[in-house]
This record gives sequence, structure tokens and C-alpha cells, in this order.
Amino acid sequence: MNSTTPRSFQEIILRLQGYWASKGCAILQPYDMEVGAGTFHPATTLRSLGSNPWAAAYVQPSRRPTDGRYGENPNRLQHYYQYQVLIKPSPPDLQELYLGSLAAIGVDMDLHDIRFVEDDWESPTLGAWGLGWEVWCDGMEVSQFTYFQQVGGHDCAPVSGELTYGLERLAMYILECDHVMDMPFNDPDAPIPLKYGDIFKQTEEEYARWNFDVANTEVLLRHFEEAEVECQAILSQAFDDPKTGKRIIMAHPAYDQCIKASHIFNLLDARGVISVTERQAYIGRVRTLSRQCADAFVQTRAGGFIEAAE
Amino acid sequence: MTDLLIELFSEEIPARMQTRAANDLKKLVTDGMVEAGLTYASAAAFSTPRRLTLTVEGMLDASPTTVEERKGPKADAPEKAIEGFLRGAGLTRDDLEERETPKGNIFFAKITKEGRPAAIIVAEVLERTIRNFPWPKSMRWGNGTLKWVRPLHSILCITSSEEGATVVPLEVDGIISGNTTRGHRFLSPDNITVNNFDDYTSKLKSAHVVLDAQERADAIWNDATNQAFATGFKVVEDAGLLTEVAGLVEWPVVLMGEIGEDFLGLPAEVLQTSMREHQKFFSVRNAKTGRIERFITVANRTTVDNGATILTGNQKVLSARLADAKFFWENDLRVAKSDMSVWLKSLENVTFHNKLGTQAELVNRMATLAHKLAPAVGADPDMAEKAARLAKADLSSEMVYEFPELQGLMGRYYIEASGEDAQIAAAAEEHYAPLGPSDDVPKAPVSITVSLAEKLEKLNGFWSIDEKPTGSKDPFALRRAALGIIRIAIENDLAISLNTVMPTEHAKDLLSFFHDRLKVYLKDQGIRYDIIDACIAMDGNDDINLLVKRARALSETLKTDDGKNLIQGFKRANNILSQAEAGDGVEYSYGADVKFAETEEERNLFGALDTSEVKIKPAMVAQDFASAMSAMATLRTPIDAFFEAVQINSDNPTVRRNRLNLLSRIRTVCSSVADLTKIEG
Repeated sequence: MNSTTPRSFQEIILRLQGYWASKGCAILQPYDMEVGAGTFHPATTLRSLGSNPWAAAYVQPSRRPTDGRYGENPNRLQHYYQYQVLIKPSPPDLQELYLGSLAAIGVDMDLHDIRFVEDDWESPTLGAWGLGWEVWCDGMEVSQFTYFQQVGGHDCAPVSGELTYGLERLAMYILECDHVMDMPFNDPDAPIPLKYGDIFKQTEEEYARWNFDVANTEVLLRHFEEAEVECQAILSQAFDDPKTGKRIIMAHPAYDQCIKASHIFNLLDARGVISVTERQAYIGRVRTLSRQCADAFVQTRAGGFIEAAE
Repeated sequence: MTDLLIELFSEEIPARMQTRAANDLKKLVTDGMVEAGLTYASAAAFSTPRRLTLTVEGMLDASPTTVEERKGPKADAPEKAIEGFLRGAGLTRDDLEERETPKGNIFFAKITKEGRPAAIIVAEVLERTIRNFPWPKSMRWGNGTLKWVRPLHSILCITSSEEGATVVPLEVDGIISGNTTRGHRFLSPDNITVNNFDDYTSKLKSAHVVLDAQERADAIWNDATNQAFATGFKVVEDAGLLTEVAGLVEWPVVLMGEIGEDFLGLPAEVLQTSMREHQKFFSVRNAKTGRIERFITVANRTTVDNGATILTGNQKVLSARLADAKFFWENDLRVAKSDMSVWLKSLENVTFHNKLGTQAELVNRMATLAHKLAPAVGADPDMAEKAARLAKADLSSEMVYEFPELQGLMGRYYIEASGEDAQIAAAAEEHYAPLGPSDDVPKAPVSITVSLAEKLEKLNGFWSIDEKPTGSKDPFALRRAALGIIRIAIENDLAISLNTVMPTEHAKDLLSFFHDRLKVYLKDQGIRYDIIDACIAMDGNDDINLLVKRARALSETLKTDDGKNLIQGFKRANNILSQAEAGDGVEYSYGADVKFAETEEERNLFGALDTSEVKIKPAMVAQDFASAMSAMATLRTPIDAFFEAVQINSDNPTVRRNRLNLLSRIRTVCSSVADLTKIEG
């Protein structure tokens, strides 16, 4: 590749940050909770609701316990990074903006075959769906591109455009690494060069063992129930705060509990203690929570609610 | 006359929707035009990933002006009636003409519909078409409310004649029609101005877009087969994949690559499925060894390095995919070789149906049933039971979790690897068959047994919880299961008494479900419902194969002259006898004696019955229905002659009783073959 090819995983992240900042996105930080994908960040789920315009980009560490392979598989990880962009309303040149981001991270647009292949997105736990594509670069899926149609059971109007980059896979491709653990994390010429494996090989092993064989399922089941109860307890509070006298709907704290329940469900799934029929029931319970959080959020200012003038 | 060119340019349309969408565009626009009086000579539609195109040739410049005469009320009708007529027709009093008719003076009106220019009609029809387009799934974008399959960017709509091209003015949710489009996203992204269809296709081609999907598919296939052939390889045909791939590219470039050495040991089906489902690659076989060793991928562009980077990338992705598949395959083989009971155990956690328990319970019931069915199929009962126990084991394997379409097949590989008998392994693959009416049925005894057990168990289960198919609803494919059993029994010539393998509570109901499926199946083979009913009425109707043999023989017999007439003779005998029995209050069933016969015809009938009875009885025991029925058909001539010559109701009571008893022999003999009273006509 040419001279503008990045040299490390972090350089790719930094370039994406720079690119989307230059396109006017607010560069947010990762959400401080365990999530299965960048979509779960409230900056995407909640902010895609209501009429307020929005443009944000961020890295989100994501966890998928069932994908753990003890760090042995070249590209399957139980902990990985997603890069997420959400712009509302979706701009007419979103495809071009996206392609520009690939060029910014060193994909030579004259040598590669970039394709938009049908992939409708649906999140049963979020009660959300949208239409879009997997973006392929030389046959490899490098991003998900989605026009959100519904989130938490609410129609999205305006429609948000969502881009999700699977950072490890994309970076491995650009950096020409065959195994994720061999990928340079920082600059290979740095005084202390670190590879992805130096940072994550051991943790992948530790978590794979815990996820698959050790996690205490009774405790997890209890945590699930507790998160569910807490979420609903938060949402059952009156809109007006008796202490300050202000209208304070606690959509975000409630949504935190929903995220928690969702992640615990994923852990239980990895432990193999959820049967097929139960699976649907658990997903339904998480969906109920996310719907209720969405219902609450659209009652807030950020969710487009306009308070009557005093 | 003018030509019309429409192009709807959008973000990438899913491949599977393109052909249908092009046809819909053509139908909706041309139907709308014709409805508005705008006829045309010919039309054709095309699609690429980013555009739907319609060309119409020889279109009228305007819809013709039409004059319609309408009869109104009588001239002396009340004012209100006349006003109502004028309102309805959109006319004034001056437009009316009063004419004398035999029925009095009546108002007539001429309604003139002015023709309208083509451009106005096209604009209306196209806007309506866009707003109501029947996409299987459509979406909104940005701030808009318009729905399209993906964001719609531009509308090209021009009429063209020798004088030049004119844009048909039109606006749909802020998208204004024009005479421009764009070429290939990467190779020729600039705007192109278009004058007519020929100009459009040739400019597109220069801009790296092949408009016609068939042309793209042909080009891909030719190039793929040529590249493979040149190096002693052969592309595995896959028409569905070819269509799909042609819908993913505007400028197809075929590239052939090699599958890594490490992965050539994977089963061919795994390679093929992984490449097709995940990467949309064609499989390429080494013509000499028959092994799949290469792949064909289709890029959407040319590059200065002749696709080298693209091919390397694709190869790398494939290697990662196959590394996954290999990981599954090796893990699975380890389990298969050490102890497959782990997989059986984990079926205990998989619900089959909430009222019917887990997959493991289903498998247990299947195994019991297989053991019971085996002797009738000629399989070893213990082996059949074991095969049934293992038939679903692969559902727990990692490979089937990843590629559900490989269920059964992986079962065979894994059971073979475990060292079990090949018949048991084959049963795992074959027990799902037949999956459709044209799918082959299993032929090996163990496979047949497990397949029957699986389907019967399913039917028994759903019958026991009263989940039967209704109308068009058959969510568990129970009709297919019943038809599968029917075909397996017939095509393998099996004698299976279904009553012995169905719980008595629902045996009768389920058997009649089988009979209904059988009627549909035999109807397609030209056997009438009444013939099947005549056979169902006989003993042993739970043996499907026996039932079919009887029905086929009867159907053949009824095609002959003797057969058809015999039915008439039988019915006549049966009617007379039934009436006499009802009138006399006795059953004439025994004691016909030739010594009371008065005529030659009567004596002949005695003789014929003696002869045929001797033939029919052993034939029936041997289930040789054809012989039995042809023996029965020989009775036609003596019966006809008998009725011709003899009056049943003789004055002599002894003679009369003797003749009625003789008729009873006809009834008995014929009824031993089938219930002929059910035959129509």
C-alpha cells in the first residue's frame, strides 16, 4: 500500500476520529458499561429517537462472550472494538462520506473492490430494525451501514444513518496481518512496541474460561432479575422530581439497567444454560425494557419533547 | 411517435429484488399509460445494483381525444333529474341534444375527452408508480417520508424522437427529473447526459456499466468457465448464485483463486457452502481429481494491478472463513471419535416443541418406533434403533450450528468417523428425505426405517396435542411428512400396517389424513377419487402400499370395456338384490343351486362364477389384484347374458330365491375385490 498506510491499530482509530471530527461529528468516548455492540451506547440507541439533529462518532469496546476462542482464532474475540458513527438526519451523501473514511484510513480506492451487499439489521433485544448493507472490501465485511427505521418500538423520524466498523478486522486487513494477535497496537518503531496480543491474548484466555465454564450462573440469573426490577422501578417514578421540582425523567439510568440485563443474558447464553424456548423469553424481557426506556426518552428534551412555556 | 426512457437511480438495491423490481416498473408504468390512452409498440426493463431502467418505444405523442355519447333522462323529466345528469357528466344544458325516439323525446349528451400530451400522462403515472412501488421491504431516509428500497437519488425521464430529447418534468419529494445519470461508482463517477435509449446504453457501457443483467450473467459465466477450462478446471454450476452475483456488479470482472492447501481436506459440501453462503464464490473443481481446489469471485471493477490486490484480499477472507470451518470440523471429529453421547446429551437442552418436549425425547420415541418398524422394512431392529438415536446427533455439532443447511450430511460424516456401520451413517443423512415431491426417497432399509420413524413420530406427536394442519396452514410440514411416508412405502414396495404404529386414540383420524394425502397423490397419477374410496372401504386399508396396488389394478380394470360393463352388471345385481332383501326381510346369501337353473344363460353364469371364484381367491391371498380383477372382469359377458335372458322375479318362488342367491354370489365375488358400490357412473 502507499505511503499513507497507517502503521498500527491505534493509528487507524485516530484517523477515523480525525476524519469524522472534520466532517462535523462530536467525538464521544466509549460508554462505561459492558455492551455487545456500539449500537447499545445511548448516543446511538436513545439519540436516534426524537426529532433533534445529532452527529456523533466514538469507539466502543464490545463484548460477545460466545465468540471467545481463547485468543487462538485469527479474528474471533470475545472482547473487541467497534467504531460507531450516527448522523441524524442521514445526509444524502452518507455513502460518499463513508467511502471517504475508508480512504482516510489507507484503503486505496483504485485497487480495492468495495461493495454494498444487502444486510437488513434487526436487534430483537432493542426492538429495533433498519435497512442497509454490509460493506465489503475485497469480499471482507468491513462495516455495517444502516438506515434506522425503528428503535425501541418507535418510528425513527428523521431517519438516522448508522455506520459500524469492526475495527480489528478492518485494521488487520489494512495492516496486512493474518492473526489479530500479531497486529501492532502502537507504532512498531515505538521504544516499546506492543502488539494486540501483548495486550489482549491473556485476557482473551481468562475471559473465555470464565465465560464458558466458570461464571456463576445463579448469581447472573439473580443479577438479571435485579436489573430488570431496577429498570422498571426507575421508570415508574413520577416525571417531576419532588426535591428539585424539575421535570427529570430518568431515561438514561433506566437504560443502564437495560444494558446490564442484556449483557448478563449474553453471558448466560455463553454458559449454555438457556434453552431455545427460554432464549426467546429472555430476549423478550430485554426488549420490553428497551421499549420502556425509549418511551421514557422521547418524553425528555433530548428526545424531542417540548415543554410548555411556563 | 416518441420513445420514453426512465431511470430510477438509487443506492444499492438488494440483488434478490432487482429482476422483480424491473418487471414491476415496466408493468406499472405501461399499464398506467395504456389506461390513460397512451399506447406503445414495445417496452423493456433492466436493472443494475443502482438503477431500474425502462425503455418504451413507439409511444403516442398524446392520448387520443375521445367522444362518448351518453343517453340522459327524458326531455320532460323533472328538473332535478336533468340537473343530476348534467352534474354527473360534468356538462351544461347547452351540451344536451334532444332527440325523438320511439320512447319519446330524450336528451343525449356528447362527452368529449380531450387527449393529453404524453409528458403529462407519463409524469402522473411515474409519480404514482414511485409512490406505490411494491418493494418487498422499503425504507425512509433523511427527513423525508418517501419510501424506496434504499435512498432514491435521481430520476431520469425523457421522451425522444428524431427532433431530439425532452425531459418529462416531474418532482417526487424534492427529486426533480432530468436527463442525466451517473456511471460506475468508482470507475466513472461523473454525470452523463442522455438523449435516448441507445445513447444511454452505449454511454453507460463507456462509463463501465453493463445495463442488462442477463448480459452480465452471461459474461461472468463465459469468462469463469474459460478461465477454469484453460487450466484444467471446471466451474460448479450454480444458477442461483450466478443471478445473485450479476445483481451485485455493474462491471463484472472474473477472478480465479486457489483454496489454501490446509483446507482441501474439508468435506466438499463444507467448502462449497462456506464459499457460496459467505463469500458468493463459485466452486471450481480440478477436472482430473474432481476435488474442489479453486474458487471464482466476481469483482465490480478493473484495477491497474489486474485484480491482484482484490484476489489476495478475497483469498485471505476465505482462509479465515475456512479456518473457522476447519476449527469446527476438527472439534466435531474429536467429539465424534471419542464419545458422541455428549451431543445426544445436549439435545436434552433443545426444545423440539413446548408441548412435545425436547429433541432428546423426540429421538427416544423415534428409536422405539424404528425398532418396531424395522422387521417390516427388512432392517435389523437393533441397528435401526441405533441409527435413529444417532440421526439427530449432528444438531449439536459446531458445524451444523454454523451451517444449518448441512444437517444430516455432517451427521453422516461424523457417524462414519466414529466407526459406526455405514448404514447407520447413511441413515443420518437420508432420514430427512424426501423433502419435496421431487426429492428421492431413501432406499436402504435402515435409512427407510429411520425416515419412517421420524415422520410417523412427528405426526403422532402433533396429533396427540391436536396441532393438525388446517387450510393453508401447516407450520410443521405434516402434510409433507405424510406424503413422505406414502412415497417411501410405495416406492420401496413395503407392507406396513400403520394401525400398529399409531396410538389408538388418534389412529382413525390420522389414517384418514393419510388417505386424504393419498387421494391427492394418486389423483395426480390419474386415479379417480371414487376408485380410491372403493379400495379404502376394504380391509387392510392401513397398508398404504396394498391400498395403492388395489387402486391401480381397479383403475386399470375400469379402463377396459369388460371392466366398465361389469360395474353396470354388478350394480344391477346389487340393486335388485338389495330391493328384494328389503322387501322380503331376509338376506339372500347362500344356497344357489345349479339344479334349479332353467336357462342356458343361468347355467353359464353358475359355471363362470365357479371358475372365477377359483381364480380370485388365491389371487387375493397373494395380493395379485391384477389377476383377481381380470378374473372378475370375465364375469361381464355371462352376467350381461343372464340379465338379457332371465327374469329374476319368477312366479316359482324356488326359482326366484335361487336366482336371488345367484345374484348374491355375484355380489360376494365382486365385493371381495373392492367395494364397487362406491364407483361412480
